[in-house]
Amino acid sequence: MAAAAPSTRAARDPSHGRRLIGAWILLSVILTPIVVWLAGKVIPPGNKTHQASEQVFDNQWIVAVSTPVALLMIAFFLYTLIVFRARDGELRDGPPIRGDARIQITWIVITSAAVLTLAVFGTYELLQNGAGGGQGPDPVAVPSGSKLPVQVIGQQWEFTYRYPTYGGLETPHLVLPADRQIELHVTSLDAIHSFWAYELGVKADANPGVDNVAYVKLKSPTTFHIHCAELCGLWHGYMFDTGKVVSQSDFAAWIKQQQAQFQPVSQYLPRYARSYYPDPQRRAG
Amino acid sequence: MSANAAVPTPPRRRVVGYNLLTGLVLGVVGYYVGWWIGHHIHATSIGYFADTNQNDIAVFLGYFLSVVGFLAGLGFLSYPWARVRGYPPSLREKETAGVARYFGLCTDHKVVGIQYLIGIGVFFFIGGLNAMLIRFELLRPGGQAFPAGNYLTLVGLHGTMMMGIMSSAILGPFANYVVPLMIGARRMAFPRIEALTFWLLMAAGTLLATTIFFGGFPTGWTGYEPLNDQANSGMDSYIVFFGLVGISMLLLGLNMIATIVTMRAPGLTWSRLPIFCWGVISTASLMLLASPVLIAALLMATLDRTAQTSFFIPSAGGSTYLYQNLFWVFGHPEVYILALPGFAVVLELLPVFARKPLWGYRLAVAGMLGVTLLSWLVWQHHLFVSGINGDLRPFYMLSTELISIPTGFTFLCGMMTLWRGRIRYTVPMLFCLAWFFNFLIGGLSGVFLSDVPSDVTTHGSFFSMAHFHYTIMGGLVFTFFAAIYYWIPKMTGFQLNDRLGKIHFWTMFIAFNSTFAPLFAIGFMGQPRRVVTYPSHLQFLNDWVSVSAFVLGASMLVFLANFVWSLVFARVPAPRNPWGSRSLEWQLPSPVPVHNFDKIPVFTDDPYGYGDDDGRVPAVVPVGAPAGGGS
Amino acid sequence: MGSRGWKAICVAGGVLVVATAIGFYIGGWATSGPASFTPASQSSRSVNLTIQTVAAIGPKLSPNPSWVSYLIRDNSNQWRRTTVWKLPAHALVHVTLYNFDGASGLRNPFLGAPQGLVGSERVDGKVLTAMPPDQPSHTFAVPELGILVPIAPVADDAKNPCDVAPCQLSSDHRTITFTFRTGKPGHYRWQCFVPCAAGWLYGFGGPMQSLGYMDGFVNVV
Repeated sequence: MAAAAPSTRAARDPSHGRRLIGAWILLSVILTPIVVWLAGKVIPPGNKTHQASEQVFDNQWIVAVSTPVALLMIAFFLYTLIVFRARDGELRDGPPIRGDARIQITWIVITSAAVLTLAVFGTYELLQNGAGGGQGPDPVAVPSGSKLPVQVIGQQWEFTYRYPTYGGLETPHLVLPADRQIELHVTSLDAIHSFWAYELGVKADANPGVDNVAYVKLKSPTTFHIHCAELCGLWHGYMFDTGKVVSQSDFAAWIKQQQAQFQPVSQYLPRYARSYYPDPQRRAG
Repeated sequence: MSANAAVPTPPRRRVVGYNLLTGLVLGVVGYYVGWWIGHHIHATSIGYFADTNQNDIAVFLGYFLSVVGFLAGLGFLSYPWARVRGYPPSLREKETAGVARYFGLCTDHKVVGIQYLIGIGVFFFIGGLNAMLIRFELLRPGGQAFPAGNYLTLVGLHGTMMMGIMSSAILGPFANYVVPLMIGARRMAFPRIEALTFWLLMAAGTLLATTIFFGGFPTGWTGYEPLNDQANSGMDSYIVFFGLVGISMLLLGLNMIATIVTMRAPGLTWSRLPIFCWGVISTASLMLLASPVLIAALLMATLDRTAQTSFFIPSAGGSTYLYQNLFWVFGHPEVYILALPGFAVVLELLPVFARKPLWGYRLAVAGMLGVTLLSWLVWQHHLFVSGINGDLRPFYMLSTELISIPTGFTFLCGMMTLWRGRIRYTVPMLFCLAWFFNFLIGGLSGVFLSDVPSDVTTHGSFFSMAHFHYTIMGGLVFTFFAAIYYWIPKMTGFQLNDRLGKIHFWTMFIAFNSTFAPLFAIGFMGQPRRVVTYPSHLQFLNDWVSVSAFVLGASMLVFLANFVWSLVFARVPAPRNPWGSRSLEWQLPSPVPVHNFDKIPVFTDDPYGYGDDDGRVPAVVPVGAPAGGGS
Repeated sequence: MGSRGWKAICVAGGVLVVATAIGFYIGGWATSGPASFTPASQSSRSVNLTIQTVAAIGPKLSPNPSWVSYLIRDNSNQWRRTTVWKLPAHALVHVTLYNFDGASGLRNPFLGAPQGLVGSERVDGKVLTAMPPDQPSHTFAVPELGILVPIAPVADDAKNPCDVAPCQLSSDHRTITFTFRTGKPGHYRWQCFVPCAAGWLYGFGGPMQSLGYMDGFVNVV
């Protein structure tokens, strides 16, 4: 192969674009389904709740749209950086091309279509069941059916939980019944915390004075990890715990056991409320 | 007035006078004066000082007077005072030659540019050192190399230092230096304000570092209330830091816009303006409009901490959402203040090294202006799970994803500029090409965060941390180095070592990706941000990241070695136009003479005429400086 | 290499020295924290700890004299302000705690009942089941081990309050005794849940967010 001749031919060859687009389409058609399938397998949070499954499905959509984008970039740069590199000692400039309206319009149409697809699909998923995110005091995406309300109280530096339908029982453990729709009410007594039940696909900030509602539809018994996901002070990194999803009968037994254990302190608890303003409300004197 | 009319007498070296040393001394004196006043304010409402053993009023007054003293020592007050006494107006301070002008108030935009480069470099290295310490702690899941509180301070110092100081990383050193040269001006519109922005930034960085004398601060760079109110006096350093950075950015933006709008040479129409200047205008308008919101939020936080107001305390009628809203109304444009200069540098450098005109000039401009506009409409995506405005989340999801359209313009213009070019793999070009890779990953991961259902898991996790490091470090810091390697020969007149530059690039690029790519996985696997401890099954990945981060840190030392070796010891003179650029600044001698142009040039074309048969030059350049003719 | 080169070397050397000094300073600050205390254990199965809680630590033991604090009695019977304790795994820890501080009250009344102890918590010898929310002076809590111990206060009108830490048992105090099991090895943080940091927002700043005062580690090895 001669050194100079191919470069001149390469720079003028009009089939560069077709070659690149062809390679891209081929790669996309082959690789996108594989990547989407893999993403469904490996991308957390898994399939332990309806909301978690929805997130996984949503992530698969994003991956389906982004994989061709990424492949286009990879193919483009591999091709361009190799084919259009300056050969040694070549001091000439490239062709003075300053734009192409067709390419610009095509690009704008395609990126806009991709973006709108993602936004529409994300909105659809969000409005179905709330996707496990905190929605504030007046939720817009409310799943149908009966729900078990559970309050999550963030405080420096521990989450405690209240079950209003069981006499306002408060406990340091989060145990939930399987196959139930749960309505989480997340609030805080002091700084901003964030309640993250990882495997459940739930995250909701705990703001003082705010009742942040999130929904989760549980499946079979399991355990899950709880973290605080908003920097809340000294022990933020240690604000973690493990929760449990148990069968309905185990749940009833657990509630009884907790009610007995914390019976002595139950008389001192405040009435169940959507948020609390405990003393001292400002600087302690 | 001609530059060589009279042989200037060499300036006498004076230790006492308006310079950095005096500034530092008066700064320390000012601090103690403020501290003393703060301790002599007696009011019943601040009786809690006795309980807490901390007097925030004294700290704030100390910092305030310290900054006043510092600026007075540098000589910023003497000109207003002279004007008050009736002396005539003047635009210049210390514009003669000599090393001393780098250590004081100098109104030569080229001196300020180099001051910025060194000053920002110092704080960049301190911020980087903090990152190394953070990764050292995370080598062990339950490790206790640093006590929990000190760890949080390190996290906060790293984030705050990087976000605050690096906001000016391109506009400070490079826009200040090259924008007047690109547009054919002899100075910036407001030379004294230009110097002021630099020294305010240095004061800010120094005061932030003093937080460790006051117990540090636990809030990270966001400074969320009410944790902010609850914190030690170390929080005051954070507030003063961001306040000063806010003022500095506001003035920097103002100055840039005024300069580019009013001081372009004849013939330099808007459609001939170098794309870098468009990026500067976009960034500067964000700086100008976003910083006041930050300053307002911080003033409220200051009042909450000192005068016992309750803007942000819900139980006393305030709102924690108020702070979050104000902070992110500033904070999201701030993210683009960091990203847009990267776009500008990449688009400016690609034509030079692809030897082709910038493809789709108008689209590139539209892309940057579009990002500028849209960046105002997305801030609540930082609050998707906070419970604020649940019904507005689809809107913020849409607006956030729309930003990828104008960002895509930048990609398209860059890519099509490379297409059919004759690409030269110089060190600055390598950094620009790395930008595409990093920003692609940063952008695609951003889609996960912008999409509410997906964000529920990724929000506040290491995933989002990896995402913004890909966009800010991968987007800004890589182009920061591209700009250094590209413009240093013009700024100093000396070449940087090419081989060391390539070693620097490859170690940095590989270590950067090896550091931050696994963080996506760690985030997806459930590790929240800013934690001092993590589940033990994540140790392998965290150790991998830490070791990569140390290599990344070492790559910075390669750069430092190159910088010192090339500019101090080797001192190989750079040709006038080593890259064969058609931009105006490269037609001037290296280094550029004090008054830039003897005659103001006249533009006939944009600076991207590569490959044009007639070989037009973009401007008639009457460079008259005696030494600068040859190349 | 002319005089310029030597000058540059001097500058570079100077910068290096200053940078190293700053590095050491930051490193030293970052690692600074309360020293670890290891009780001389009677056996690997059981350990005794003697602790006191005081309303103000005083100028002798801390640069923040007005802060509330825990103190621990070391192996030579001296009171030390350290909150990082090294304890053997799967051991019973018998704690005697002398409280010299008054009531502050709880922000969450639920935390007024002892949890996770071996046997029961005794206040001046009497078994405690739950404390009214306005009562607790402090708590000793290790959330990861499920341990919570509310600490009863000294009466507001005490005749002989303790002025300066370390306090002597001749001052008015409450004696709290309890036993807990350490479990498997690990670093477990402990903290106080009572808003006892006077002058801070929600009573939760300063000593409540500083190791060595109202927060610490139980390092189980």
